[in-house]
Amino acid sequence: MSKVGAAIVLIAVVAALFGPLAARVDPAAQDLSKRLDGPSATHWFGLDELGRDIFSRVLAGARISLMVGIVVVSISSFIGTLLGSIAGYLGGAIDEGISRVIDILLAFPGLLLAIALVAVLGPSLTNVVLALSLIGWVGYARLVRGQVLRAREFEFVQAARAVGATIPRILTKHVIPTALPAVTVQATLGMGGAILAEAALSFLGLGVQPPTPSWGTMLNGGRTHLLDAPHLTIFPGLAIAFLVLGFNFLGDGLRDALDPVTRPRQ
Amino acid sequence: MLRFLARRVALTIPVLLGVATLVFSLIHLIPGDPAQAMLGESASPQDVAELRARLGLDRPLVEQYGRFLSGAARGDLGRSLRTNQPVTAAILERMPATFELAAAAMLVAVAFAIPLGIAAAVWRGTAVDHGATTLSLLGISIPNFWLGPLLAIIFSIELGWLPVSGRGTWAHLVLPAVSLGAALAAILARMTRATVLEELREQYITAARARGASKARAVVRHAFRNSLIPVITLIGLQFGAVLTGAVITETIFAWPGIGRLLIQSIGFRDYPLVQGCILLIAVTYVAMNLLTDLMYGLVDPRIRYE
Repeated sequence: MSKVGAAIVLIAVVAALFGPLAARVDPAAQDLSKRLDGPSATHWFGLDELGRDIFSRVLAGARISLMVGIVVVSISSFIGTLLGSIAGYLGGAIDEGISRVIDILLAFPGLLLAIALVAVLGPSLTNVVLALSLIGWVGYARLVRGQVLRAREFEFVQAARAVGATIPRILTKHVIPTALPAVTVQATLGMGGAILAEAALSFLGLGVQPPTPSWGTMLNGGRTHLLDAPHLTIFPGLAIAFLVLGFNFLGDGLRDALDPVTRPRQ
Repeated sequence: MLRFLARRVALTIPVLLGVATLVFSLIHLIPGDPAQAMLGESASPQDVAELRARLGLDRPLVEQYGRFLSGAARGDLGRSLRTNQPVTAAILERMPATFELAAAAMLVAVAFAIPLGIAAAVWRGTAVDHGATTLSLLGISIPNFWLGPLLAIIFSIELGWLPVSGRGTWAHLVLPAVSLGAALAAILARMTRATVLEELREQYITAARARGASKARAVVRHAFRNSLIPVITLIGLQFGAVLTGAVITETIFAWPGIGRLLIQSIGFRDYPLVQGCILLIAVTYVAMNLLTDLMYGLVDPRIRYE
């Protein structure tokens, strides 16, 4: 399953990197005379409400989706790992403070806080990344805190403390590496989550703004043409589901490979 | 048990206070002057000053915070900028629709997920298991803002079986409930599979089988019943995800609930109403989590003494 996931992700990365170069049609080029035309040999996925080639736009959208996923996951996992390890290792008032912030942010269901933040900050790609990162770090912090609480008692960590290693050194060299497998799994699944969240915000009109070709924005545009041109909805949605499925397969596979409990016996 | 109840409720109070603080801060995160942002660039300075005074934005921050908290505690969240209706009344008006949709979505999820999860566990490693696992992963990966329009294309536009939008009869509820419940069904099926598998390995299952219980009886009467606790917990914890999903589903199917109200209010920059909707959804989520925790403590005594 993880191989299928890796293949899907690889296809998406290649599409994002080289697709816009290889696409025969400019994703922004309009041909109003052919607006809403269905799939054909020249336009594989058909044309949208402004006569733009949907195939080229789906390829260009892969770039946005992957970029959002990578940036959000990088920022969230960095902040989450840092704060989670500090809370878990130092304990006391610092742990209490960080844990309460985590509790409060977790009291908001997933996307709701992102919707709220983008609503006040204004719809844009930057604000989507900011909002998703602001809520995304919490999951990593909670995960890493738990791992660090366990790692703190390991003999090699106590030995490092005994020989006088500084806290930053203990954290970066000894404690955080023990949490990295779990963080990798969470980050892989988080890529799918971030891509879905960006698409959802863009679908609601709160994310990437037209004419930039984001999959969510394309789906939003397709809503008014469900009756006469369902291809506007079908192809961008397929792209989202395909890529998110790829990351979920990969994340699941990685979890099974890294977790001795769920790893199948040889 | 009373001590457990008191401790759990006490732990919720700082979280609720934090949620309210965050919701209060939202209006202050608006770049520039919030009153100007709400009225638009063309608004006269007099109108902006009037709105600022009406919202109390001209008062010191501490006083604004105090007023917001005491108002929220009394259920007074101000008035809508667009309709001048009290925010609480506007939300209460829409609440039944959202809860109806959420309940129907959860019902759909449970009806699909539990048999699927049990079948996958019982026939582990077979085509049934692989099929169920792939179906679950598909359910998690397919966004409800795509599934909804897709279902509408098939069942409303092509087949003409169900209405495409609005609220009224049970037929209106089918497509929104299925599109909202699909992701929850996927998560639930995975959880049911995992917990039933775990229970099937227990000695009491071997004992039941040794006493002559059929495989079906051992699964349904013994393994499944014991695996229900984590499954019920998950249903409770997923309520928040369903409420957030409802924001999208209600927008797609023009379902007159809180989610649609939230998105419409964002469009009109009606921030008091935005704050109210966010606060209500978050508080409902916290309350559901608390309820789930309490139920968990009630059915599993080990939790109470931790």
